[in-house]
Amino acid sequence: MNKIIEFKNVSFSYSEEEEAVLQNLDLDFYEGQFTCVLGHNGSGKSTMAKLINALYIPTSGTVISYGLDTADEKNEIPIRRNIGMVFQNPDNQIVATIVEDDVAFGPENLGLPRDEIRKRVDEALKAVNMYEYRYHEPHRLSGGQKQRIAIAGVIAMKTNCIVLDEPTAMLDPKGRREVIETLLKLKNEYGISVILVTHFMDEAVKADRVVVMNDGKVCLDGTPAQVFSNASHLESMGLTVPKPLELAYQLQKNGVRINGEPLTAAEFVDGFKNYVENRG
Amino acid sequence: MIKDITIGQYFPGKSFIHKLDARTKILLTLVFLVFIFICKNFYSLLLVCGFGVVVYLLSRISPKVILKSFKPLLPIVILTTVLQLYYIKDGNLIFEWKFISITDKGVFTAVFIAARILTLLLVSSLLTYTTSPTDLTDAIEKLLSPLKLLKIEVHTFAMMMTIALRFIPTLVDEIDRIMSAQKARGADFENGNIIKRIKALFPIFIPLFISAFKRAIELADAMSCRCYTGGDGRTRLRQMKFSWRDIVGSVVTVAVCVGVIVLNYFFVHLI
Ligand SMILES: Nc1ncnc2c1ncn2[C@@H]1O[C@H](COP(=O)(O)OP(=O)(O)OP(=O)(O)O)[C@@H](O)[C@H]1O
Ligand SMILES: [Mg+2]
Repeated sequence: MNKIIEFKNVSFSYSEEEEAVLQNLDLDFYEGQFTCVLGHNGSGKSTMAKLINALYIPTSGTVISYGLDTADEKNEIPIRRNIGMVFQNPDNQIVATIVEDDVAFGPENLGLPRDEIRKRVDEALKAVNMYEYRYHEPHRLSGGQKQRIAIAGVIAMKTNCIVLDEPTAMLDPKGRREVIETLLKLKNEYGISVILVTHFMDEAVKADRVVVMNDGKVCLDGTPAQVFSNASHLESMGLTVPKPLELAYQLQKNGVRINGEPLTAAEFVDGFKNYVENRG
Repeated sequence: MIKDITIGQYFPGKSFIHKLDARTKILLTLVFLVFIFICKNFYSLLLVCGFGVVVYLLSRISPKVILKSFKPLLPIVILTTVLQLYYIKDGNLIFEWKFISITDKGVFTAVFIAARILTLLLVSSLLTYTTSPTDLTDAIEKLLSPLKLLKIEVHTFAMMMTIALRFIPTLVDEIDRIMSAQKARGADFENGNIIKRIKALFPIFIPLFISAFKRAIELADAMSCRCYTGGDGRTRLRQMKFSWRDIVGSVVTVAVCVGVIVLNYFFVHLI
């Protein structure tokens, strides 16, 4: 698999007096993957995300995004053409007063011809299922809809990769589901690499790869099944495991042994059915 | 309460006025505002007010909205009218009671001023009611673009306006939220003398400013992530186009202006 982003021995601190937020971080991201980044508050996830597209420059070490060194100012725009970013608070990233104009903001900045912008805006809004809302005012939309507009703004720039920093933190369950489904669609249908920073375990379960950060370092890295099998390790870092898995562990403590490690409700039901049948 | 403010709002529609090009609307509004002050007698005033009312009717904006926008400024209108009535002493006396004396000239002037202010308000609010903020800022950017020759950053100015307009509803919501939060802690905004009330505003404005700065920083990050580097090399999705409507609108407005001058000239003595 192709490496798209490479952290090589990266350290970063916000000011000289403060101690480093990231310490000798080595981390790669790969093309076409859906990667989830987990970690407790203050573990450095947002800082890591902002280093990816040159919003921050490493204090030492290098970050290479799409073959370009983020420390070089010349590379800023080329990197951002490849990597789009969505932040936590939808209200603070919408620029225009009409949905359609906001989605057009990125392509306009790229200096694309008008017809091309029109085409991309329509496509992007359709991709996130917000086409009917194109003439609406963003501040009247729900949180989930606003985040989908922000994602459409990235799609319209045709970036190869999208980085999202807790995009669902301020949303209700319905809004969260809409956003995650949109992201899965981007990965599966458009082949866009997704890097999702989140606190929600049920979102991490859907990823191809889960990276767990603790105090500015990567401490677990693998498929969701591999990462969540380390329940005690996760708990020691202040993280939980997905609910179905937690339930399975609880049952196990009480002598009910379910095969495998169920990460989703469906897997749990299958496992439990199996258990009941084998016993009976 | 704070959400009742309608000034600067946009009410989408498909009327003739809505469909005028924003540049035309801005220029014609400016010309019209000047002519409100040029008219000197009742005939020209009637023409100007009549034209304002016709434009309003064409825009199909609901009367409720207009009344609402008049409401906050009504005290000012009433105050100036009353002052005119009171202070103008020349002309024929028509009413006298103790120290109050009202003359026909005073009444004329008072009505004149009230009509002027209300027309001014009507026409200028129609501009924002019928033009989307995006069109408005685009038009301002276009109209001011000659200033680029003087090295003035017209694009930056327009972008600042867009962002201000975009964040008004967000910050209004925020004020509402902060006020509720402070009330829940026992803050009192309605009682006490003026100093007390002003003091009560600090716990609203300090959090508001802090949050506004935080929002601004995040917005700046979000904008640079989307490759924003200023106005150079930027293209636009929207295109502004003049149509037959703009010609009709301009011709009619110019006709009204000529009318005002003619009426001013022919009826000099009638006031
Ligand atoms: N702008 C800043 N200036 C100074 N220190 C900062 C700044 N932003 C974050 N920090 C510090 O850096 C550390 C890591 O912060 P970061 O925001 O990267 O964590 P995070 O994993 O994203 O946490 P969260 O889950 O709360 O979003 C924290 O200790 C935080 O206090
Ligand atoms: Mg964070």
